[in-house]
Amino acid sequence: MKGWMGKFKVLSLLGFVALFLSACGKENLTALDPKGYGAEKSLDLIILPTVIMSFVFLVVMVIFTIALVRFRKRKGREDFIPKQVEGNKTLETVWTIIPILLIIIIAVPTVWYTFVLADKADAKDHINIGVTGNQYWWHFNYDGMDIQTSQDLYIPVGEKVYLNMLSSDVIHSFWVPTLSGKLDVNPENENTFYIEAYEEGVYWGKCAELCGPSHSLMDFKIVAVSKTEFEQWVADMQSVDPEAVPDNEMAAQGRELFQENNCIGCHAIGSSPVAVGPNLTDFGNRTKLAGVKDMTKENIVAWLLNPEKIKPGNKMTGAYPKLSEEDASLIAEYLMQLKPSEITTEDAGK
Amino acid sequence: MSTAIAQKRSFAAVLWDYLTTVDHKKIGKLYLYGGGFFFLLGGIEAMIIRIQLIKPENDFISAGLYNEMITMHGTTMIFFAAMPLLLGLMNAVMPLQIGARDVAFPFVNALGFWLFLFGGIMLNVSWLTGAPDAGWTGYAPLSTLSPGHGVDYYVLGLQISGAGTLMGGINFLVTIVNMRAPGMTFMRMPLFSWTTFVASVLILFAFPALTVGLFLMMFDRMFGSAFFDVALGGNSIIWQHLFWIFGHPEVYILILPAFGIFSEIFATFSKKRLFGYTAMVFATILIAFLGFMVWAHHMFTVGMGPVANSIFAVATMAIAVPTGIKIFNWLLTLWGGNITINSAMLWSLAFIPSFTIGGMTGVMVATSVADYQYHDTYFVIAHFHYVIVGGTVFGILAALHYWWPLMFNRILNEKLGKLAFWTFFIGFHLTFFIQHFLGLMGMPRRYWVFLKNQELDLGNLISSIGAFFMAFGVIVFVINAIYSGIKGKPAPHDPWDARTLEWAVATPVPHYNFKQLPLVRGLDPLWIEKTEGNGKLTPAEPIGDIHMPNGSILPFIMSVGFFIAGLGFIYHMDNNLAYILLFGGMALALVCMLIRSLKDDHGYHIHKEELEREAD
Ligand code: HEC
Ligand SMILES: [Cu+2]
Ligand SMILES: [Cu+2]
Repeated sequence: MKGWMGKFKVLSLLGFVALFLSACGKENLTALDPKGYGAEKSLDLIILPTVIMSFVFLVVMVIFTIALVRFRKRKGREDFIPKQVEGNKTLETVWTIIPILLIIIIAVPTVWYTFVLADKADAKDHINIGVTGNQYWWHFNYDGMDIQTSQDLYIPVGEKVYLNMLSSDVIHSFWVPTLSGKLDVNPENENTFYIEAYEEGVYWGKCAELCGPSHSLMDFKIVAVSKTEFEQWVADMQSVDPEAVPDNEMAAQGRELFQENNCIGCHAIGSSPVAVGPNLTDFGNRTKLAGVKDMTKENIVAWLLNPEKIKPGNKMTGAYPKLSEEDASLIAEYLMQLKPSEITTEDAGK
Repeated sequence: MSTAIAQKRSFAAVLWDYLTTVDHKKIGKLYLYGGGFFFLLGGIEAMIIRIQLIKPENDFISAGLYNEMITMHGTTMIFFAAMPLLLGLMNAVMPLQIGARDVAFPFVNALGFWLFLFGGIMLNVSWLTGAPDAGWTGYAPLSTLSPGHGVDYYVLGLQISGAGTLMGGINFLVTIVNMRAPGMTFMRMPLFSWTTFVASVLILFAFPALTVGLFLMMFDRMFGSAFFDVALGGNSIIWQHLFWIFGHPEVYILILPAFGIFSEIFATFSKKRLFGYTAMVFATILIAFLGFMVWAHHMFTVGMGPVANSIFAVATMAIAVPTGIKIFNWLLTLWGGNITINSAMLWSLAFIPSFTIGGMTGVMVATSVADYQYHDTYFVIAHFHYVIVGGTVFGILAALHYWWPLMFNRILNEKLGKLAFWTFFIGFHLTFFIQHFLGLMGMPRRYWVFLKNQELDLGNLISSIGAFFMAFGVIVFVINAIYSGIKGKPAPHDPWDARTLEWAVATPVPHYNFKQLPLVRGLDPLWIEKTEGNGKLTPAEPIGDIHMPNGSILPFIMSVGFFIAGLGFIYHMDNNLAYILLFGGMALALVCMLIRSLKDDHGYHIHKEELEREAD
């Protein structure tokens, strides 16, 4: 008996220690520390059933423990034959009615907020962004603003931003845990929902539906900046000249190589709708390369020489002429100076 | 020399016996061997997954192989481990529990097993050329676009074994409706037989949805149709509906029999009648009924809209009520009893807290607004492992310890049993409890790697350590099983002082089960006779000739035929020669069917005199 209970205690202790150590997870990635409307409502409805259900669990465990302690076979009682009880109407009614009541307490707010979160009546009054999920990167098209970007999505803080999502290949799922629950990105039937960030910040996004080998490397960021900063960013993005030749000699050479090597057929710079690969207009301002790697020159060169090693199964591998290390380095030079706006992730605070 | 030959012969004879058997007890064992083998395979796959996730950005296996691993782990564990192990237990025990001499269609029973086995082999042959990699849920269009033949193997493996399972389900239904012993009314049937009955109903209605889905996928992949191809006017979401219309009831196919097992074990080892028997039966039926109306809770984030999401959320929550009724009835069965705690009971007792946690998180994931966060994360992984391991696997292990004497005429070693239990139990909670938090902290499921600096390292490490404990527990159990087979002494008759009919038959169980069919006087018939009679069941018939079916090799050959045809289907796209396999395999199966249909086989009789000669 002792051993049994003892081991159980050790176990639950371990669980709690682990829980404390890990706390709530990384800021701006965890769903447990919401900074947006959807995530906040989700957390409310995570907590309510957890509390109610923990109460049920406690009741079960108390009865369970007492039953085991009191009614375990004891010395001198080995042959005791207990009363063969058939049931008990009152008890059975009680444990039917109480759970029904508990379920109603959970069901009412669930239905209520399911409808609240699905309300899209005011979509026309807000910023609308087309989101395309691609094997293994995200594309964003700002409605009526003539802006196309990839990987990093800039939004104004404290405002509803509507996302209209469609996939270009298989099913993906758009998830920014700190701002909102997820929504699938299907190849048919555009899905729409909105996000609203309460605070400035760079929020991590992930793909949550298995979409191929690099499913786990399909990260993106939502960059929430103040309203004025957002307006500045929009103006900067709109004034990009895709034909601009950089002053820097190496970067200018890199630009030539970029055009000679097919890159331009897949990667747009500026607001061209070409989106076979990520739009690179503000590539130099991104924090991550291809969503996952630190934005260093080394990494960019490594990507250009062998993207397969970084993201297995990606759609760039083999689709462009083989580059020498020198050329790759020149192209990296060109790409890194693509910084059309002063507004960067740093303005989002973190 | 001569003994070696004798042994060899006897081995061949045993092999032939099992290849041709139509005896439910032997088929039950075959299911256990087959299911056990695939369980170990699935376990190895699980360990590889946990090793890959032991630290951030690990490269123990490649991304493509990782996706194959998770797909095979899920598919294997659900279809080729959990289900057949349960079907094996049902086969071994249910006919005895209701007082029958076999199932209604022994030939079909054997066919069901061989189809399952060859389906499982089919699926695993894919390792040679690249296994399926679209997840066990095989969502289109990832599955329809998946290169290579992996997904083709998945489709055909499941199709072949699914046919076997469907046959098994129908067979059990007919058996339970028609072959109960005199006096064994429905409301006197032990809970395990009841849950077998209800799970069979679920199989009957749920598997056709999967079959249809798999056929559509097969046509999309092999014959150029476009059911799931959006570009050509198809719809990929339909696959998800078909899959989950099957998939959710499947969860209850797995858990209800486990509920039945625990009901038997709690009653036996508390020395008490099951508390609230009638409520237990109706709760089972209600769960099964509701189980068909909740499938879209797997699809809250698909974008079905608030009306569908609300309805499916509330319907799902409703299932918590009958499930709760069951938990409390079990608790009250223990209450006031005289409780023996042995290995079978340990697994059953451990089920209560573990499964209650799974049920709790079940209500939590049913809360649609919260599920927008939980869905497709490690929270869901944790939830369903708490249900399937904490419910079904614990149930299977409890049942193996409980019914081992009945099936193998041995008692499993208690020391090893307890060691296996404690390591597995602790490992299980270590592995999965922390995953609830990993999910909420931003770790989606089916992730080949998690990145550095996301504070997911510790949780994953703990989880992987737990997995090693679980593996250790399983190994100890296997050793125990082998050890008892070699060193164990024959089990005494009715070793647990049990209550139900399966313990009333002679030890070891004769191949005709009951010399005379028993007369059942109430619930727990053996217990009634022990307390009110002389401990033996009154025969319901005089000793007479017993009609027995003949064994047959046809089910085996027929399944081989379907297996060959399956290979033909897969490779006809690459090479016209594969048509030989396709049509050859089909022809082989058809010829077997013809032989079976045209050739009369009346079985044989065990004569009255023979039965009388055998001492009681
Ligand atoms: C077939 C079209 C195609 C061609 C040609 C192509 N790419 Fe790409 N590129 C892609 C795709 C698709 C991705 C996204 C890969 C991923 O993340 O899965 C990508 C990603 C990138 C990235 C990372 C982008 C980011 O947002 O972090 C860079 C940089 C890049 N490509 C540069 C180049 C250069 C330079 C060339 C020419 C030498 C080139 N690409 C040629 C399709 C292409
Ligand atoms: Cu993905
Ligand atoms: Cu379900």
